Amino acid sequence: MTAAAENPPAVLMRRPSRLRAIIDSDLVYSFLRSRVTIAAAVVTLAIVLAALLAPWIAPNDPYDLRQLSLLDSHNPPAWLQGGDWRFLLGTDDQGRDVFSTILYGSRQSITIGLMATLFAGLLGISLGLIAGYAGGSVDAFIMRAADIQSTFPAILIAMLIDGTSRALFGEQRNEQVVFWVMVLSIGLSFWVQYARTVRGSTLVEKNKDYVLAARLIGIRPSKILFRHVLPNVVGPVLVIATINLALAIITEATLSFLGLGLPPTQPSLGTLIQIGQKYLFAGEWWIAIFPGITLAALVLAVNLLGDWLRDALNPKLR
Amino acid sequence: MLAFIIRRLLQAIVVMLTVALIAFTLFRFVGDPINMMVGIETTAEERAKLRQDLGLNDPVPIQFARFVGNAARLNFGNSYQFKTPVIDLIADRFPATMELALASALFSLLIGIPMGVYTALHRRSWLSNIFLAASLVGISLPTFLIGILLIFLFPVTLGVLPSFGRGEVVRLGFWTTGLLTVSGLKALILPAITLGLFQMTLIMRLVRGEMLEVLRTDYIKFARARGLTDRAVNFGHALKNTLVPVMTIAGLQLGSIIAFALITESVFQWPGMGLLFLKAVQNVDIPIMSAYLLLVAFIFVTINLIVDILYAVVDPRIRIDARATA
Repeated sequence: MTAAAENPPAVLMRRPSRLRAIIDSDLVYSFLRSRVTIAAAVVTLAIVLAALLAPWIAPNDPYDLRQLSLLDSHNPPAWLQGGDWRFLLGTDDQGRDVFSTILYGSRQSITIGLMATLFAGLLGISLGLIAGYAGGSVDAFIMRAADIQSTFPAILIAMLIDGTSRALFGEQRNEQVVFWVMVLSIGLSFWVQYARTVRGSTLVEKNKDYVLAARLIGIRPSKILFRHVLPNVVGPVLVIATINLALAIITEATLSFLGLGLPPTQPSLGTLIQIGQKYLFAGEWWIAIFPGITLAALVLAVNLLGDWLRDALNPKLR
Repeated sequence: MLAFIIRRLLQAIVVMLTVALIAFTLFRFVGDPINMMVGIETTAEERAKLRQDLGLNDPVPIQFARFVGNAARLNFGNSYQFKTPVIDLIADRFPATMELALASALFSLLIGIPMGVYTALHRRSWLSNIFLAASLVGISLPTFLIGILLIFLFPVTLGVLPSFGRGEVVRLGFWTTGLLTVSGLKALILPAITLGLFQMTLIMRLVRGEMLEVLRTDYIKFARARGLTDRAVNFGHALKNTLVPVMTIAGLQLGSIIAFALITESVFQWPGMGLLFLKAVQNVDIPIMSAYLLLVAFIFVTINLIVDILYAVVDPRIRIDARATA
């Protein structure tokens, strides 16, 4: 499998042939051959779709206080004694339907995970391209910063940024602010891997003839980087992004679980598990366990997709 | 060799200074330290005097130098929440975190290495497949979820093992230990497993990968040809040669175990440094945050340094490479 087969040269990229190329590609072939990967894709798709369609398929709106009644709180799942079929997976301490809250919660988790991965990717790719292409002291500075940051676990960096935001915003830390702080803090803690990978590939690519030719005809460095070099280094980045998406979702859930993330009024999966932990001893296991299963299934499925992508895209990576 | 060590040492110092700069910036510029320290009833003159006494009117580089000097003498100032020296608070919590970290590291090595060896030697057996599938799940489960599932399984459902705290502790000088009492040991089991599970799966996969690699090499074939027993070949020759990378990773992971301990500490209300840091983040107690940051950085840098030097001792090629690039 060579890069040329996945990214056919521009001349060949006419519409009908492109679709054909995708269907015939090794990527699709290896996907259809692995049952585990198909299962992972189905699970991921199901959770993402359910999260996307939450406002239409959720039986209740957990954010709408008018729909909540404390009389409905602490209900067990419907099939247990005392259960109520209005609340399939039971209710939490505020009378919110656990199933609906999981749908809305996955929405938060996935959105933050995606945004953080995107942010980390943009930052890491840009810095990696610049470091690799510019070289010299710019390169040294960026890569030393990466070295220092990579000595710390991501979760610690995210916590630190979160703590700083608390000091900066004080009381005005509303849900909107928290959302962006989460995206920023998770994104900032994951850029290093992209930067290292992209820098490595850029170092190789920048001495190839097509880059030299582009420079010779006087194309701006920024255009060379993003239009010419980037498409050729993007393969490994996709793999990192998939695996980082799983990590970002875990990090968001962990921060929320530790009480540093989204507030209980707009729960993500981590917040739900935190709420549920308090009631575990009262025998009300459903508040923590169902969101926990959803989170685990989502992360496992995304990880499996990442593994498959790594093996399928580039055997050299292993 | 000496030049190599000095180079590494200098790099470590640069890293520590950078982290100190971040910690200092946090302390000095995020929120006003004076406002954090005093109450509302303090007058403007008293504030100004305190500002002068603490040297907050000095040029920033001098303040930074003083901050580094103080940190080197383990003086991190007073906590905003507790009004007591940060170093006392940390020293109080340090043994709990270290015991938890070491117990889980031990757990991950003692279980992870045998599992890795087994899965490498019996590649097609159903037990290996179970181990591998379980390890994938282990990597995908967030630490706090493992903790909650364990709490749900053992203390809640089965009614065995405590679900929070450290049990009874014995004080040996400045060190409080839970390892000498039954309740302390019982309390350690679940947190140690929670914290160690991820490392265990990591070590298992690593040992498996390295073993498979080594088993393919010529000297293993030669050892078999010489008629050595399977036991001697597998353990004497193969496992021994996989242990160098495993030890490196295990050493490096010790740092992240200490950092990740804070999640486990939060789940099990384990009275360690991580829980202190977590409360500090929630209450914007910046002296504790910066002290913890520096401490964790110090542990990481020290472990990295030791691993690098040990590597150079074991593998002469690294020394020569370093000299060539220097």
